[in-house]
Amino acid sequence: MRTSSPPALEPAGPLAWLRDKLFSTRLNTALSLLILGLLAWLLPPILDWLIFKAVWGPQPVAACDAVRGQGACWAVVWEKFRFMMFGVYPFEQQWRPALVVVLLTALLVISAIKAFWRPMLAAIWAIGIALAFWLMGGGLGLSPVRTELWGGLPVTLILSIFGIGLAFPLGILLALGRRSELPIIRSFSVTYIEVVRGVPLITVLFMASVMFALFMPENLRIDQLLRAQVAIILFVAAYLAEAVRGGLQAVPKGQYEAAQALGLPYWRTMGFIVLPQALKISIPPIVNSFISLFKDTSLVVVIAIYDFAYAVKKSTETDYAWKKYFIEAFLFSILVYWIFCYAMSKYSQWLERDLSRSAQR
Amino acid sequence: MFRSERARNLLYQVLLIAAVVGIGWYLISNTLHNLETRQIKVGFDFLSREAGFEIAEKPIEYGPADSYARALMVGLSNTLVVAALGIVLATLLGTLIGVARLSSNWLLARLASIYVEVMRNVPLLLQLFVWYGLFTELLPSVQEAIKLGDWLFISQRGFRFAWPAEHVAWTAAAWALPVGIALALLWRAWCKRTQAATGRQLPTGFGMVALIAGLPLLAWALLGAPTKMEIPELTGFDYQGGKVLSPEFSALLIGLTTYTAAFIAEVVRAGINSVDRGQGEAAMALGLSPGQRLRLITLPQALRVIIPPMTSQYLNLTKNSSLAVAIGYPDLVAVANTTMNQTGQAIEAIAILMAVYLSISLAISLFMNWYNSRMRLAQR
Repeated sequence: MRTSSPPALEPAGPLAWLRDKLFSTRLNTALSLLILGLLAWLLPPILDWLIFKAVWGPQPVAACDAVRGQGACWAVVWEKFRFMMFGVYPFEQQWRPALVVVLLTALLVISAIKAFWRPMLAAIWAIGIALAFWLMGGGLGLSPVRTELWGGLPVTLILSIFGIGLAFPLGILLALGRRSELPIIRSFSVTYIEVVRGVPLITVLFMASVMFALFMPENLRIDQLLRAQVAIILFVAAYLAEAVRGGLQAVPKGQYEAAQALGLPYWRTMGFIVLPQALKISIPPIVNSFISLFKDTSLVVVIAIYDFAYAVKKSTETDYAWKKYFIEAFLFSILVYWIFCYAMSKYSQWLERDLSRSAQR
Repeated sequence: MFRSERARNLLYQVLLIAAVVGIGWYLISNTLHNLETRQIKVGFDFLSREAGFEIAEKPIEYGPADSYARALMVGLSNTLVVAALGIVLATLLGTLIGVARLSSNWLLARLASIYVEVMRNVPLLLQLFVWYGLFTELLPSVQEAIKLGDWLFISQRGFRFAWPAEHVAWTAAAWALPVGIALALLWRAWCKRTQAATGRQLPTGFGMVALIAGLPLLAWALLGAPTKMEIPELTGFDYQGGKVLSPEFSALLIGLTTYTAAFIAEVVRAGINSVDRGQGEAAMALGLSPGQRLRLITLPQALRVIIPPMTSQYLNLTKNSSLAVAIGYPDLVAVANTTMNQTGQAIEAIAILMAVYLSISLAISLFMNWYNSRMRLAQR
């Protein structure tokens, strides 16, 4: 317990830091020694396997077989890189999906910068998306590529970006509907949101893949990718609605009342007064929805759509010689997903702090 | 007329109903037409037909001659088993990691935060693939199983371990456990009431432990205290006897647990952080021991913040257990998928799936809401 004596000067230097952070009490010392012991025991073999004894670079499979069990076979990443990244997209055209990945990632990065948060951003996105579709699908001078051949990372990016983008207006409507005073609209919104949030994405994807054909007129064929995309949009809308509802609830009641006192009708109250404030509050949860969507798009594997995860799975499954190095292939894909998601989650945390700070000003 | 707010409100609602009915009618008429041309009969009659496929793991009895309904029940029980175990294990692991992240020990806190940042930023599906791959590829074949005495055999076929040979005493002990837990809860309520009425403190924790552990033990001892174990033996291509955790089940359970634990750790950390520091200091000033401080002051307040997000993590885990289909664990989705492929009754199978998951979600929500309302601050 501290007494009222003047504060002691903080001792500086690495030794003091060690004593403070690792060996402050007897329990802490025991804990630190235990952890250090475990690390000293486990880390060397893991690092050996991951790095020092691993096979790096474009090496033949024989090089991996030689060190099997002792070192990881990262050569599989070099061997299968194109397939993992772009799936079954025509090989000599793969510069196109590569450009799409760069383009979409650049759009995401630009949208993360607050200086770009102005109407111009929507125009940039429209152009970017049109460009991405042109590059992926072809036409106007590029050889056409059917969506069945699209694959890999661009598909993952497209599914998640469109998933969140097109679900957004639907989510706002559902959130407004849930807080509406009109009983039919409210109960419809509540039912939709709760039903969708109560079932796993897999069942919705199954529905899209199996039942969609039954719902549509007989001779109308809609391709698999679009069906999955529609399912994802309808699914995510329910989650976005909840994120937006959180923002709506956080807007002080006085704002609604002031708008009403000014005689603004419902849509103007919402559009000019409430939504701008509510959406700003909901930005961090929306970014979080995007992160979980980005991870969840991997579930399209179960309906055999060539997203990044499925391309990685197939890349080793279909090649007998490299088949046994599928764990390395998965670890590579895990790293790629992790880089995207970690960057976004760090951004979301920063944004949350930043927004709440500027709200206080 | 459009100037009148009531008329406009009515119009919006009528429009919504018209849209829903219109789209619904369009979809249904298409579906009926399609079903007719494909000669699929709508209805749940198929449930009583013979399923004809084997299911690898079945907590309840089942054979290929049983009906589809029975097969779906097996799938549901598999889902419930893995979800229930996953919820318990993820809560334990997640709480440990959440507390570790707040530790004053720099190393421990760092490790815990690395764990959280790695696990929650990678798709669960890929984690499941890796766990499953580790079990099926890296573990030795059955013939070269890793043996821990006669008790545990680890091979590509999963974890097989010795298990008490069937005896009425074990069955009785298993039944005595829930009874013991119920009695322990009653005992705790009685202790609380006594303390509130008279101020006398009864040995609450001791009594609860005695009831929960003692009752099954007593039942087991009274009925002959059997100690015979069923030891797994290698006959032919696989071990027989004992109990086995299949690689599919183990991979799914470990994957679900470690993934959800990362989220639960964050929930727990936020909950503990939300309790004002002054509360702990005040408790210290009153002379409460560290254990009492945690149990009586910090935890009850942290729980109020923890329970709602914890509920959604439990729901997520249950829904994520449907990823079983990707690694071949016969959960509800996997069985429904097989059923769908064999019978062509896609609409019915998916309707069953959604209805079941909605009911599970609803049940968990209701239970947690009840628990939440019990833990809420009593405001007068």
